[in-house]
Amino acid sequence: MGLVDSGKMPKPLTKLLNTARKYSLWCYQWGLACCAIEMGAAFVSPRYDIMRLGVIPFPASPRQADLVIVSGTLTDKMAPALRRLYEQMPDPKYVISMGSCANCGGPYWDSYSVTKGVDQIIPVDVYIPGCPPRPEALLEGIVLLQERILNEDPVDRWKGDPIVVV
Amino acid sequence: MTAVVPDAEQRAYVAAQAADARVNVEFESEGMTLNIGPQHPATHGTLRIVAKLDGEQVVSCEPVPGYMHRGYEKLTEVRTYPQINTLVNRLDWVGSFANEVPFILAAEKLMDVEAPPRAQHIRTILFEMSRLANIVLFLGDLGAQMGGVTAVFYGFRDREFVLNQIEAVTGGRFHPNFDRIGGIKDDLPKGWIAETKVAMQKVREFCDEVEDLLIGNEIFKMRARGVGVIPADVALSYGLSGANLRASGVDYDIRRDGGAPGLAYDKVDWKVITHVDGDCFARCWVRLQEVRESVKICEQLLDTIPAGPIMAKVPRIIKVPEGEAYAETENPLGIMGYYVASKGDLTPFRVKIRTPSFNNISVVPWVAKGVYVPDVITILASLYFILGDIDK
Amino acid sequence: MSSSETATDAAEGTEAEEAEAPPRDDRREAILARITEVLGDAVVGSHIRPGDDLWVRVDRDAWPDVHELASRRLGCTYFSFLSGLDWLPSPFGRDMDSQEDILTKGTEAKEPAPMASGYAGGDTRFQVFSRVNSPTEAYGITFKADLPDDDLSIRTLVPIFAGAQWHEREAREMFGFTFTGNPYPVNLYLPGAFEGYPLRKDFPLLSRRVKPWPGIVDVEPMPGQDSDEGEGEDG
Repeated sequence: MGLVDSGKMPKPLTKLLNTARKYSLWCYQWGLACCAIEMGAAFVSPRYDIMRLGVIPFPASPRQADLVIVSGTLTDKMAPALRRLYEQMPDPKYVISMGSCANCGGPYWDSYSVTKGVDQIIPVDVYIPGCPPRPEALLEGIVLLQERILNEDPVDRWKGDPIVVV
Repeated sequence: MTAVVPDAEQRAYVAAQAADARVNVEFESEGMTLNIGPQHPATHGTLRIVAKLDGEQVVSCEPVPGYMHRGYEKLTEVRTYPQINTLVNRLDWVGSFANEVPFILAAEKLMDVEAPPRAQHIRTILFEMSRLANIVLFLGDLGAQMGGVTAVFYGFRDREFVLNQIEAVTGGRFHPNFDRIGGIKDDLPKGWIAETKVAMQKVREFCDEVEDLLIGNEIFKMRARGVGVIPADVALSYGLSGANLRASGVDYDIRRDGGAPGLAYDKVDWKVITHVDGDCFARCWVRLQEVRESVKICEQLLDTIPAGPIMAKVPRIIKVPEGEAYAETENPLGIMGYYVASKGDLTPFRVKIRTPSFNNISVVPWVAKGVYVPDVITILASLYFILGDIDK
Repeated sequence: MSSSETATDAAEGTEAEEAEAPPRDDRREAILARITEVLGDAVVGSHIRPGDDLWVRVDRDAWPDVHELASRRLGCTYFSFLSGLDWLPSPFGRDMDSQEDILTKGTEAKEPAPMASGYAGGDTRFQVFSRVNSPTEAYGITFKADLPDDDLSIRTLVPIFAGAQWHEREAREMFGFTFTGNPYPVNLYLPGAFEGYPLRKDFPLLSRRVKPWPGIVDVEPMPGQDSDEGEGEDG
């Protein structure tokens, strides 16, 4: 809509749109390694059900996804695929980096084939530390991301600092 | 196609299309190269399969691993033994405790240390529980690979019971990092044995559910019987292990035949399960029965834990004497072994990790010739691998 | 267990009498005798750890022959793995051990020990080693072969054990060996543009060169000890 581009969105409308967006995140899970199992437990197991937060887990393709959760070690061989995936997602898109391998290389910080952190390839919104982080930590990360989406100004593409879950 | 064809131009167009279609039926199409992965829900992680197809049949199929290669063997040369123990949990990341055990056994061989009986017993219990956690996930995922998504939910739900118990002892749902050279880290918490028996009962019920839902399912049988047959001599020369080998009729289980001492299998009454067919159905069936057998082993072990210390006398800073040793165990995925070459330092000189999934997947080019594309997924599902295990 | 007997026997004096020596492993000695009988001079070294394992080192040219013998005549039809060994001591120092030298003992970082091969001997820097198991008799044999530095090539095992193909591909990209006759010698793990052979000792881990590990930090006491006894050195 022209309102967004001109920068004059009324605040209640912004809040309404943001609320709608935050409760309907379609999440592409880029599950690479062990964190993928915890992510799977969060998505699929009835104990840590993620759908109650409004996050829907299995979009048919990255072109239909809002959020990508990179969980697991990113290797140099895999990095181009991640970049291509990120570019395929439409804006506004968010990235959660789950686990210490995705944050900074993790236990493989000195390996010859590991990319030291997903943020070398794509910009990240939320970092979730842990090896692996419990599914509850992933849920907390998503809740923090949702708060951020709520308070976002849809005019800027996000330019803020990433949120660190402690 | 519209029901009404209004004018001559449109009629001509439709006629031309129909003529074209008749020609294309006899058209000899060239082969197509289908790239499955590396990011694909049906590959357990980042395995890329490059399949050359002729129509729907696979002419040749080549897995391309390496998308999760983290350089373990190089990293072990610059890490101390306790650090390697932490790292090595992350190889087979679904049944993680099982990865530590052969490494610890190899180091204990070199150090000439034997863990006290209580520690060996608890180690075996946790080893079997990691097998349960792993194969329960497999059974759930099996449904998803064939299109029956319901089983995944059951698998993850029932896995939580086992993970709870592992967490109660070790503090970590997976990646427990609990084994130490000479014993284990901590003793069992109070009430753990009774709760674990309850969890075992739940796993038994899960097995019955899966048998009803999946293994006894007609569609599953149609898709899995006769698909991906691996004869015993091929299985041996490729080095397949675990249920894959036993489903081809080879009666070889490291728990019974010559595993390293340090686990308590000789004190338990259990049997090795084999199947003669060697097809996908046989592999899945053998794994299901192995879960049942594992539950039986766990229950017997839980009843007979000896009292005593949990850790032998080892020095604070571990320096393993010079030498080489190889220890292998029957992990959930197959035979996992560590060849440790040490020069008497804090860090090993060379560690070669023999992972089961590496050999298990190397048979895919042989077995996937001439099958249809959905069967490739079925074969991969039944061979069961974890990417961290292939790629080290 | 027999290996713990070995330790105490060794402690009492390695020049022990035959009667006090560790129990002989008759089965493995018989296997070694059969291999030596068939291959003769090609067997250049061996080692037996009684009750545990057997190492046999052969000449490079007899590499497929000894595997064929193991597979056809000794019943070792199960192929476990194949890889390489690089016996050069690391040119980057003793890494974690130098931390211990400096911090715990207060000395300078020692030089690494000179190059020495492991069990069954060895004359060269690089060795290929493989392991085969016998599924019926519950034992395994580790074979080694030396590779001269100027010609790191050896014949392939693929005609005997089809599963060796992936292992040889991995050994090729990690060490730089050439397996003559391997049908598909393409990189397995590493991306196509990767330079260097990672598992060689002179391949540096650059992150550790740039930012060395901070040192041995012990924060947790050993199980069974009180926490005030557990002290650590800080890096």
